[in-house]
Amino acid sequence: MNAGNSTAPSLFDGLSAIVRRDVLLAWKRPGDVLNPLFFFVIVSSLFPLAIGPDAEQLRLLGPGVVWVAALLATLLSLNSLFLGDFEDGSLEQLLLSPQPLPLLALAKSMAHWLIGGLPLVVVAPLIAISFQMSVDTIGAMLLTLSLGTLSLSLLGAIGAALTIGLNRGNALLSLLILPLAVPILIFGTRTVSLAATGDAYSAGAYFLGAYCMLAVTLAPFATAVALRISNE
Amino acid sequence: MSSPGKSCIPAQRLAGRDLGLIRGERVLFRDLNFDLAAGQLLLIEGPNGSGKTSLLRVIVGLVQPQDGTITWRGADIAKQRQAYHDELVWLGHRLGFKGDLTVAENLRAEAGLRRMSAAPDLPVFEQLGIAALTGLPFRVLSAGQQRRVALARLLRVKAVLWLMDEPFTNLDAGGQALVTKLLQAHLAGGGTAVVATHHELNIDASVQRIRLI
Repeated sequence: MNAGNSTAPSLFDGLSAIVRRDVLLAWKRPGDVLNPLFFFVIVSSLFPLAIGPDAEQLRLLGPGVVWVAALLATLLSLNSLFLGDFEDGSLEQLLLSPQPLPLLALAKSMAHWLIGGLPLVVVAPLIAISFQMSVDTIGAMLLTLSLGTLSLSLLGAIGAALTIGLNRGNALLSLLILPLAVPILIFGTRTVSLAATGDAYSAGAYFLGAYCMLAVTLAPFATAVALRISNE
Repeated sequence: MSSPGKSCIPAQRLAGRDLGLIRGERVLFRDLNFDLAAGQLLLIEGPNGSGKTSLLRVIVGLVQPQDGTITWRGADIAKQRQAYHDELVWLGHRLGFKGDLTVAENLRAEAGLRRMSAAPDLPVFEQLGIAALTGLPFRVLSAGQQRRVALARLLRVKAVLWLMDEPFTNLDAGGQALVTKLLQAHLAGGGTAVVATHHELNIDASVQRIRLI
């Protein structure tokens, strides 16, 4: 027919349309964003109260506690990544759009990080202060948390896409993702601990950066395949 | 079917060959064939649970059939997914709009995904009777109004192939007449459509029927 008087959206249009839509949706339904954030803040701020005011002990435990809380908070929010789209039929429209599906999967992951990961990174310094961390340590933690949560959003999307049609997919999703998340946790915690003791910590940061790049390049393709399978 | 018996490859658009789909223990259909050209409508009929939606999902490419292939302009759709999707618009049972976003926000998000008509949207909204609703959250609209908003997708996306699953659901008499009119205009303009419905469709076009049992 008359394809001449119509404009095809560019790849960037597709990416930004999804990111903008999801961020707008989160803005209108702030509970979805605030629940994991509250979980993170409450869990990690209860530890200093339970452990006591011993600064040495707090400094020792701090990185691990903050990282575990961040990991669990991200896992909590992953389940809903594709669920809303699946239930209202938007996912079918994504699958049937002429835009490449890995690009749309990447957009969903990026939106998830903006909504779920970035707020964690933003409040993390407040938590760090309650663990008596130094400014240098906080810098290392922000860097590793940013890279780590971004990797988790990308890798978690694979699991979320696979478990979409399942009724109680949440536990299975966590099981699927944990093996991929454990390296992030180990390197993230160790890097912050090294920074806390004043040692060189760049190796861990480089590893997390590489891991994140790997996730950015490969995870969207795996997510796209998983979405097609679970929508059959 | 202007020239039966004579193969007309250029005009042929959508074709299904020896399609078969088994779900669980049940054979939903087997050895199904159809051949659609420009201006033709494929009507999928049958009672509830007979596999109308499943067949539609096979045709659109969401589900892989156990047997057979779907071809679009002579090539297997699995091998040209993006080109095929660029020419179709899908109106499923679930409409694909976000309840918490307004109608306008929903439609704007959609513009990033598909090739949209360059024509202004307002006449489309007026034709569908939704011009006054664009500022409201999609969630608060009645089921029939939501359907009408979804029809805007058909008019804004200049697609050659329309695939519709029960398009008359929730619509009042005026809305049903509107769907028929839109379909009629689409077919008359050289479009192709596949519609699954248990409604009677009074349309003046070349119609092929598949009856599922």
